[in-house]
Amino acid sequence: MADTLKDMLRYDLTFDCVQCGYCLPVCPTYETMERETHSPRGRINLIKMVAEGKAAVEDLKQPIDKCLGCMACTTVCPTDVQYGQLFESAKHVIDEYEEKTFIQQKTERFLFHSFFPSTGWMDQLGNATWLYQVSGLQKAARGLKLMSAAPLHLDKFEQVLPPAPSPKERHARKNRLHPDSPPKVVVAFFTGCVMDSVFFKQNEKTMELLRLSGAEVQLPKTQTCCGALHAHAGKEPEAITLAKKNIQAFEEKPVDYIVNNAGGCGAQLHKYGELFAGDPEWEPRARAFSGKVRDITEILVELDGLEFTERVEETYTYQPSCHMTNVQKVKEPPLQLIRSVPGVTLKELDRPDFCCGSAGIYNITQHEDAMDILDVKMEDVKRQCPEGIVTTNPGCMLQMKLGVQREDLEEEIDTVHIVDLLMKAKPVAKKAVEA
Amino acid sequence: MHEWEEQLRALLSDKRVFTEIADRYSYSFDASFGEHLPEVVVQPKTTEEVQAIMKIANRFTLAVTPRGQGTCLSGGPLPVHGGILLDMAQWPGEINVFADDLIAVVTPSVLTADIHAAAEDAGLMYPPDPSSAHVSTIGGNLAENSGGPRGLKYGVTKDFVIGLEIVTPEGEVMHTGGRTIKNVTGYDLTKLLVGSEGTLGVITKATLKLVPKPPAKQTMMAAFTDMATAGKAISKTLTSGVLPAKMEFMDRACIEAVERYRPSGLPTASEALLLIEFDGHPETVKLEAEQVKKILESLEADPVITAGSEEEAQKLWSARKLVSPAIATIKPTKISEDATVPRSRIPEMMERLKQIKEKYQVELVVFGHIGDGNLHPDIMCDQRDEEEMIRAEKAVAEIFRAALDLGGTLSGEHGIGTMKAPFMEQEMGEVGVAMLKRIKEAWDPNNIMNPGKIFAEKGQKLVLRDG
Repeated sequence: MADTLKDMLRYDLTFDCVQCGYCLPVCPTYETMERETHSPRGRINLIKMVAEGKAAVEDLKQPIDKCLGCMACTTVCPTDVQYGQLFESAKHVIDEYEEKTFIQQKTERFLFHSFFPSTGWMDQLGNATWLYQVSGLQKAARGLKLMSAAPLHLDKFEQVLPPAPSPKERHARKNRLHPDSPPKVVVAFFTGCVMDSVFFKQNEKTMELLRLSGAEVQLPKTQTCCGALHAHAGKEPEAITLAKKNIQAFEEKPVDYIVNNAGGCGAQLHKYGELFAGDPEWEPRARAFSGKVRDITEILVELDGLEFTERVEETYTYQPSCHMTNVQKVKEPPLQLIRSVPGVTLKELDRPDFCCGSAGIYNITQHEDAMDILDVKMEDVKRQCPEGIVTTNPGCMLQMKLGVQREDLEEEIDTVHIVDLLMKAKPVAKKAVEA
Repeated sequence: MHEWEEQLRALLSDKRVFTEIADRYSYSFDASFGEHLPEVVVQPKTTEEVQAIMKIANRFTLAVTPRGQGTCLSGGPLPVHGGILLDMAQWPGEINVFADDLIAVVTPSVLTADIHAAAEDAGLMYPPDPSSAHVSTIGGNLAENSGGPRGLKYGVTKDFVIGLEIVTPEGEVMHTGGRTIKNVTGYDLTKLLVGSEGTLGVITKATLKLVPKPPAKQTMMAAFTDMATAGKAISKTLTSGVLPAKMEFMDRACIEAVERYRPSGLPTASEALLLIEFDGHPETVKLEAEQVKKILESLEADPVITAGSEEEAQKLWSARKLVSPAIATIKPTKISEDATVPRSRIPEMMERLKQIKEKYQVELVVFGHIGDGNLHPDIMCDQRDEEEMIRAEKAVAEIFRAALDLGGTLSGEHGIGTMKAPFMEQEMGEVGVAMLKRIKEAWDPNNIMNPGKIFAEKGQKLVLRDG
């Protein structure tokens, strides 16, 4: 194994880093943890040191585990270091090398093998939601006195969860939606796993907005979890399996776009192409898939088919999803949409690109660190004195809700997904003017 | 646990004393070459703490190396003798602008760009503008005497420091200079300390001189088909009664690299591209720009472009900003030099660089602050290619030789550190270096303050390969 450690860690890529330090000012963990070990430059150097045998894989664990994976560093890097690949390779190596306790293995097996990838369980369980499940697991762990595994702090999240949809609501959902006039485009909606359980309502709104904008919306039944959380946890084989399932699911019927409403999932869907680099069968299929992936905000801006019938006289700030900004490179469409809602005042954050600390399941696995980062974010939010926070990713939405709750501002600040805001202004299909 | 470690932990608590291997490796490098493991990393936050650390270091004869954010290009913050790495970046940042005195009092951890912003808020300007200003700390800038494009008109860091608080290598506090522009009391220790690369003490506070912020700027770009004419353009401009704020330069290799990296419509057939910025009163700036435009055109610069708006100016400057990422695509390892020559010798220096490039078959690109003779001949190579690195080392040594032959200096703005130390005698002579050493010995009797810098060890040679 020692011979391949360099390859596994993508040692070759570490040479692209000239250690200029330009990534330091944008790295949230360097700011809150106050040491170079928790900076992109420090992490890349450590990966190199481990590959060279100067430090052990276990020395890498904490610095890599504490990385949010927000990818802000990649947007300022003058030499275009492929940090995302280095990060995921390092995660993978750590995962391979690590000897895990029984409860860790059990938790992981549940989370990554049964929990995230499954869409079926939600239908079966109806109103059970993701976090209640996991928190049940935590209670079990506590009961068994097996808390040497990382505590999951799920009780804090329970309080900010939206009410779960009733089984009736779920079963009423159609697999195909038609616009009132002939469709401008045909899109397939990627529901996401967490998004479709905890944020079922937002998914409904997303589909309705697409329909109102003139799109025919399809819901491929065999779709599954995007695999982002698996990839970020170093579980590449699982991520690949999920990607294949999704590629197949979305190949069944021809569509113009594959639309999603979760910045983190969208980023992973965008990366399917590179996930299969060099695979003669899957690479072209994956690239074709990724080429069609769009965020809901991009499509709504492109279709330009909404007309709002009510004013929303409120001040909002906007917390962009890091993966939407830094990986998908979608920055303007959400801002454009927020500004298009009549009555809304948009007050942008001073540092919108600073991660909120949600970062997949980081706020569960590295809870204290995530809260330090959230505190920095909330200071910025408070400076803007908003009545609402707009988000574009379920993780960010939960995290921002938690931030608002921690600051005791639930009465003053409403945290919403962008589709909530758009629906609040009662949109209707824009009347076709052009022939 | 070593006794010294116990004492450091008692002083700073475990939160600011790191001995884990991951942490030590994270402070073993800067933006230059080499990797040196400190035995411990500490994060002082007050002058008193630095004093106590220095006393412990003296007691146990441990080397102490101060470090800002490690953007140094000459090895200043590398703990080459191990010991204590002093991470100064976590010191509480404080900028106090005293507009009526045209000064700012700052703590060492403050980012240079934040000083720029604070000064501008008061209608003032802090001129030194190293390209890493948004990352680098003022403490590091002071230790290395950093420059930047505006050096042409305004000078470098040392020209804007009028007072310092330092902790001496023996752990005493000392103040130099003061808050007045004029001050001839005693030896000018402020200037001695600025640029001493952390070998004479730890800077814990600085009083900086500010100037009124120029209300207007104008940017101009000019391309030349040969270097000799570009050289003439520089001297003719600078003797015409106009002093631009910046005169930047890109050679053909840079222009081509930028065009490959992000096509921006640069004149790729040119040998030299000049970017000039004028600053001052709007009327003056306009007249100066017109005057220089005539000079450039009389020397057949083609094209000469004057920015019509702020956006256009940004666009012109983006070509220069793209140089670093663009040349990084040539090869991954960058040897960034800052040899500087008297302005009249620039064309000769460029000729010598061309010869060196051919002789050693290295990817040598040249850009930099040509208005003050401060070139950046950068060699792009690959650290993993031993044979190429040996050629690069020889080329670097010859670049230094060329600069000295032409009456120039080893370093215009990056500092000596480890890489250039073996060449010090060539520039300063035996007596010059001996006098520097005597100063060092007087200040730091136990030789614990950033040892291994500026002064070459016996037989030390330039080595860019990791051992």
